[in-house]
Amino acid sequence: MSVLIDNDTKLVVSGITGREGTFHALNNQRYGTNVVAGVTPGKAGQDVEGIPVFNTFRDAVAETGANVAMIFVPPRFAADSILEAADAGIPLVICITEGIPAHDELRVYTQLQRTGTRLVGPNCPGILSPGKANVGIIPASFFKEGNVGVVSRSGTLTYQIGNTLAQAGFGNSSIVGIGGDPVPGSSFIDIIELFQADDQTELIVLSGEIGGDAEERAAEYIADNVTKPVVAYIAGFTAPPGKTMGHAGAIVSGSKGTAAAKAEALESKGVRVGRTPTEVADLAMEILGR
Amino acid sequence: MDLLEYQGKQLFARHGIPVPDGRPARTVDEAVAAAKEVGFPCAIKAQVKIGGRGKAGGIKIASDEDEAREHSGAILGMDIKGFTVHEVWVETAAPQIESEYYASIVFDRGAKAPLIMLSTQGGMDIEEVADTNPGAIATLHVDPLLGFQDYHGRRLAFEAGVDADLVRPVGAFLHQLYGTFIAEEALLVEVNPLIVTPERKVAALDAKVTLDDNALFRHPDNANLRDPSDEDPQEQMAHERGLTYVKLDGDIGILGNGAGLVMSTLDVVAHYGGAPANFLDAGGGSKAEAITSAVEVILSDDKVKAVLFNIFGGITRCDEVANGLIEAFKTLEPSVPFVVRLDGTNDVEGRRILADADLPNVTTAATMDEAAQKVVALAKGEVLA
Repeated sequence: MSVLIDNDTKLVVSGITGREGTFHALNNQRYGTNVVAGVTPGKAGQDVEGIPVFNTFRDAVAETGANVAMIFVPPRFAADSILEAADAGIPLVICITEGIPAHDELRVYTQLQRTGTRLVGPNCPGILSPGKANVGIIPASFFKEGNVGVVSRSGTLTYQIGNTLAQAGFGNSSIVGIGGDPVPGSSFIDIIELFQADDQTELIVLSGEIGGDAEERAAEYIADNVTKPVVAYIAGFTAPPGKTMGHAGAIVSGSKGTAAAKAEALESKGVRVGRTPTEVADLAMEILGR
Repeated sequence: MDLLEYQGKQLFARHGIPVPDGRPARTVDEAVAAAKEVGFPCAIKAQVKIGGRGKAGGIKIASDEDEAREHSGAILGMDIKGFTVHEVWVETAAPQIESEYYASIVFDRGAKAPLIMLSTQGGMDIEEVADTNPGAIATLHVDPLLGFQDYHGRRLAFEAGVDADLVRPVGAFLHQLYGTFIAEEALLVEVNPLIVTPERKVAALDAKVTLDDNALFRHPDNANLRDPSDEDPQEQMAHERGLTYVKLDGDIGILGNGAGLVMSTLDVVAHYGGAPANFLDAGGGSKAEAITSAVEVILSDDKVKAVLFNIFGGITRCDEVANGLIEAFKTLEPSVPFVVRLDGTNDVEGRRILADADLPNVTTAATMDEAAQKVVALAKGEVLA
């Protein structure tokens, strides 16, 4: 198994006719993901290398049975696109778009709690279930199928950690980027819950960073609910307080939200924390053996 | 983006929140003219984005023209905790104050809802109140899709222990403050103190506002409030070029793609005994021009002795990064050594382009650890084996 996406995924891409949207939708298709549709208002009837384009998510779902949406539109249109996908009844929406206004994210999050739709992202690299499906921008060739589930707030850092694990011989059940924004649609806890229930996953790697308290909350959850081993990595030990480090979420203010505080919270609940991505792979090796 | 006090007050005034009448001034003459317009006595307040202005002598009351000249002369150009005062705000001196309350709305990421806080113990450091007497602060989360309701205001006012006759005006004030928070897409609006006058009216005597940078495209007037003079010159240069740059104290220039990976790179460099000179996220989808700009920004810090490129391409394509680096070497001819690590989308192509270009002073590395170790050695002046 894997989590969230697999061979049954039928992907519809919002923004498929844009430069990046086309590039990555086709990349996902080449990987083996079943890309069934695209949505661009006013471009119904066109196609992107054979992938049919629809005006609305409703039409795309009715015609193709799409069950996962990927959002690849600019920030000012992204919230609307997520809500439209949810309104069309799509159970999983993965939003790659970076730079969405925080208040838009808040309205979207609140509305989605009232629907059955799960949002992953925004500002995330997407999800890869090696050997099955890739939705988003994760460079899939670096990863193979295996028993380590990875959940991360950062895109490129996810690749780094996945790659370090791959070099140590590990593959992945799924790699899930939850994004670095202030209001992520899915939290560490949401994804860890899925990995805990997933047969293929034997070790969970959590990759966090400074800012907020998502890692601290995850530590509590893990202590009470997770029987599988969890290894963590936290980026930003050397980040100066009070400075935003690129991600809207990555800001340290005062003592709370620092890498040290997060590592301590996790370690106090028995989660081992690697100080570098390489140490994470070393810990995985220690726990799973070779 | 943080606003200056007076920018926050002007924003409040646009949404009907009562604030004292005032004028901004950048020179002593402007300040004196402003004082005559608002009338005496008036308060002359340093405009800097840091607390503790009063204690530092940055807020003075002028009772006549001579005092306005004297005080504004002293305050303009003053240094408050490292911030130079370029501007003062001249406003009607607060009428008699009966009580000082505290009101704020913050974007609560944890609860995923706006959080309103109200206390009758304003004027002082609210964090101290939160520590010593948390019961003195009434709090309430607002459902973002429902918005502020009048009963929210009443509940907060009663819970905070506001005098009965002020429950309605304080509730109305909070309603307007919430309206400002939503309409301007703020991440924080804070009023400390929220004053009560002998006429039993409320007004905002201070304003602290943080706006969401990602929403500024919908608020062009607010976008113009950015003051480039209070940014570090390198940070300003980076900002103009669409890069995220934070200056640090070390001597190793860092460029990476993606905030998490760059933070991790700083940590790994420090782990191997190096000191990063900056955080620079060239962003997702870094194009060749962005790379050239980024190198220029990094090298404009003359403390930099070596530079590390750590790229793991997803949306970013390594061939574009390689071309950008070659372009940067052509135009900037850097004299410090570079260590480059390229992995991810189009990495083989990127590495081939770099190898063909055979740039002077550029070393490649296969892993992040190797790259960090090499750049730390180079910054210390060691010769790589």
